[in-house]
Amino acid sequence: MINRLLPLIMFIGLVALLLFGIHWNAHHEMTEVPSPLIGKPAPEFTLPLLYDSTKSVTREDLLGKPYLLNVFGSWCPTCQYEHPILTSQAKRIGVKLIGLDWRDDPEDAKRWLAQFGNPYEAVITDRDGRTGIDFGVYMAPETFLVDARGMIRYKRIGMFTPEIIRDELMPKIAELSRAPQ
Amino acid sequence: MKLRPLAVIPGWNPESSRNDEYFFARFRVFTLVLMFAFSAAHAVDPLPFKDRAQEVRFQQLTKQLRCLVCQNQDLADSDAELARDLRKQVFDMMQSGKSDAQIKEYLVARYNDFVLYDPPLKPGTWLLWFSPFVLVIGGALVVAHVVRRRTRQALAAADPAVTGSAAIDSEEDW
Repeated sequence: MINRLLPLIMFIGLVALLLFGIHWNAHHEMTEVPSPLIGKPAPEFTLPLLYDSTKSVTREDLLGKPYLLNVFGSWCPTCQYEHPILTSQAKRIGVKLIGLDWRDDPEDAKRWLAQFGNPYEAVITDRDGRTGIDFGVYMAPETFLVDARGMIRYKRIGMFTPEIIRDELMPKIAELSRAPQ
Repeated sequence: MKLRPLAVIPGWNPESSRNDEYFFARFRVFTLVLMFAFSAAHAVDPLPFKDRAQEVRFQQLTKQLRCLVCQNQDLADSDAELARDLRKQVFDMMQSGKSDAQIKEYLVARYNDFVLYDPPLKPGTWLLWFSPFVLVIGGALVVAHVVRRRTRQALAAADPAVTGSAAIDSEEDW
């Protein structure tokens, strides 16, 4: 009896495996590379401010308070979609928003921010993209949540939507204030 | 007796003295094809390599690294801007005397094992590395088992005295 059922069982098993594969693909971004930097200190950097290139900001300057580092570029179309969402949600997010203008001409970035609005407390420029590489950035937009001690706690690859801010980012920010600093 | 060619190459005239020219003309075309084949194989950056050996090493290394933007291409192949940046980074690290392992480590620290086309052997990848062998061995065991049972049945059918019964379990026949 079992020998007669075995092919059927194997067939059902195979179908279940394939259905699981379809389900998995539908709920996961296959091009997303999980960052090995989560839970690790943010890399060192010294980058000029967009609006005052004589001054620069280092990793140490930003210690003491958590911040959200948003990697963008004036060349990046998705950033244009994300931008109004960040602008409207900045207050709700409640942590400092730092813009990292990545692989971009500062003049283009200024024009872009003038056109779409500037939600950032500070914008730093990474023109040759080296700091981006140190952060493991491979597309834009990408966003890092860095805690008061300079540890990367969360990374978003791709744009934020109000839903993702509510369901993913806000719980991570809430965790920051609960965790012993 | 005159030697006959075993095979006829189109355009080849055994009586003609122009055969050599013909051969080299074909050879030139072949070389040209080869040249394009290889130039298309990697994106070209004007990187000032120390020597040919370094260039070869660079090409070999960047072929083992995945471009993160277009994820089915290697770093050597990709024209994405980030790939160009990363090639530059690999090149600079080579110039400063870093080994291939150190360069890979640098990239893995930032972009995960995903940048390596060859996944490293560690507990998380055991399934990936060993499941093909497990499946092949498992399959072989099943086949061996079925063959042995069928042989036994065939023997039993031929000589009922062996098992004392000629009844063959017809359910085995799938």
